[in-house]
Amino acid sequence: MGSYYEGGQSGPFAGGDRGPGSAGRVQGSAGLTGRPPGFMGLQSSSFADFLDSHSPGLLPGRIMPGPGADGGPGQAIRDLPHATTIVAAVCEHGVVLAGDRRATAGSMIAKRDVEKVFRSDEFSAMGYAGTGSVGIEFVRLFQVELEHYEKMEGRSLSLEGKANRLAWMVRGNLGAAMQGLVVVPLFVGYDEDQDRGRIFSYDVAGGPYEEQRFYSIGSGSLFARGALKKLYVDDMSAGDAALACVQALYDAADDDSATGGPDMTRRIFPVIATVTADGFRKLSEAESEDYAQQVVQGRMVAPDGPTAPLRTGQPPSGGHA
Amino acid sequence: MSMPFYVSPEQAMRDKADYARKGIARGRSCVALQYAGGILMVAPNPSSALHKISEIYDRIAFAAVGRYNEYENLRKAGVTYADITGYQFARHDVTARGIANWYAQTLGTIFTESNKPFEVEIVVAEVGEQESGDQIYRITFDGSVTDEPGFVAFGGQADQVSAQLKERYSDGMSLAEAFGAALSALSVPGNGDSNEVVASQLEVAVLDRARDHRTFRRIRTARLDELLSESRALTAPDPKTPEDPKTGTEAPAGSSGPSAASNAPAASGPPTGPDPSSSDRGSGQGTPPNPA
Repeated sequence: MGSYYEGGQSGPFAGGDRGPGSAGRVQGSAGLTGRPPGFMGLQSSSFADFLDSHSPGLLPGRIMPGPGADGGPGQAIRDLPHATTIVAAVCEHGVVLAGDRRATAGSMIAKRDVEKVFRSDEFSAMGYAGTGSVGIEFVRLFQVELEHYEKMEGRSLSLEGKANRLAWMVRGNLGAAMQGLVVVPLFVGYDEDQDRGRIFSYDVAGGPYEEQRFYSIGSGSLFARGALKKLYVDDMSAGDAALACVQALYDAADDDSATGGPDMTRRIFPVIATVTADGFRKLSEAESEDYAQQVVQGRMVAPDGPTAPLRTGQPPSGGHA
Repeated sequence: MSMPFYVSPEQAMRDKADYARKGIARGRSCVALQYAGGILMVAPNPSSALHKISEIYDRIAFAAVGRYNEYENLRKAGVTYADITGYQFARHDVTARGIANWYAQTLGTIFTESNKPFEVEIVVAEVGEQESGDQIYRITFDGSVTDEPGFVAFGGQADQVSAQLKERYSDGMSLAEAFGAALSALSVPGNGDSNEVVASQLEVAVLDRARDHRTFRRIRTARLDELLSESRALTAPDPKTPEDPKTGTEAPAGSSGPSAASNAPAASGPPTGPDPSSSDRGSGQGTPPNPA
């Protein structure tokens, strides 16, 4: 009387006693026992949950690096390429996300043209700061997670649902983060119910923390956030918000050695994406070059960039140098 | 009542197959066919929430007839299979052939090992970069797979529907022409109670070759009404009989060759842009290819 789904397959959430916090770091594994994949009994709306029960080896953050000689992260971990600064600003009916292009390994520049801003689904985007390789896996898993839910359930997750899902994934990486493989995302999206852009930030233990108006993460985030604070105006157009983000990235690159400014000689410009009611859009190379040119031209005249009015009540400078 | 002590394996298999066939024949047929811009799938379905046609992956769709709980289970398993394959390797490495094979294995195992076979018949379609790359696979309850070039009708009175579809099908049809062919095939006598097809009773979806990233798109509400009237205009050129689908389908059948296709108005071409009012949101319309 053998039922077709009971042939020694583990059920959904086979390791149900593992908390979500330990996702992916499982002793022994259900997926490596040599049985053909049995998807019929293992379906879940969450792709990450499915991976956890089916082949936990594919989840990011599974490998626990040993500590270095001094008890801190080993030299090898410190020398991995790290992604740096991401900025986000809410604009009229949407949100803008931008990132510089540099990855550093210790004091070396590991890569000049890395991309750290991604589409996560039609109405959301994410960027990350921290260990590049872990970040890439995060982005891939999160993209599949959102699409998988949408296909399984026939509807998209709410924006908060997506933000919470990402928090769960970040927390799953906590053990690896303690060993030095830190990665922190910045998540933005268009909330269809409220017709506005929203920003969610995270720490290594999860989150999400909803941010108002603008935010930035990564090594240059202090400088970028300071610049955005002075340039940001409520209800900016998407174009103005993008320009403010590029100004902020320029200021971050100005003062933080790990953040790269626009590279005019190699023509490498920040990656800028907008998420509005029309969905995710990554600005073309020409468009981001245009913003970078505007900023660089302005800095030729005023190296510290546009100034904000000293006394409140004066009209804002609008961010155009 | 007496129980036989021995049932030969042949008899047991025959019984199971008869059982599954009867269950499948109770429903109404679905069709999937190629058109110039991709692959069109049409199913009579009074429910707008319980789908017979769904997205599996970027370029792959799934259509099924039979018992809802069984094919829904298969659909979800297929999505899972596709997502894990794409996650492990690359999105490009997920193919309809792989999914069809997986379904065949699964259905074959269920048919031989379980007492009750699945009463389902499914189609897996993939839209290629070019028309020559399009693939349509049909998988039956016992796990047999067939490659169906061009078009397929399955479930219900599949033979009659398929015969009618074959008459109307030609290569490189526009979406409206293909839709007209599908409607005329679905309204052959014997396929369900009603011969007249109305928009609210139809589930229509396309794999649109022109779209980036996720090509699956449902055609609903306003766009479906538009498509319905476009295809009626094509199939009923004689103004005296605009409302009767049977005369409408017979009259142009002889002229549905390449000449009819080339005479089709340009306006009835496949939609190349997203239509937010009538299609699924959040399925990647008009966005650049996924960077990761």
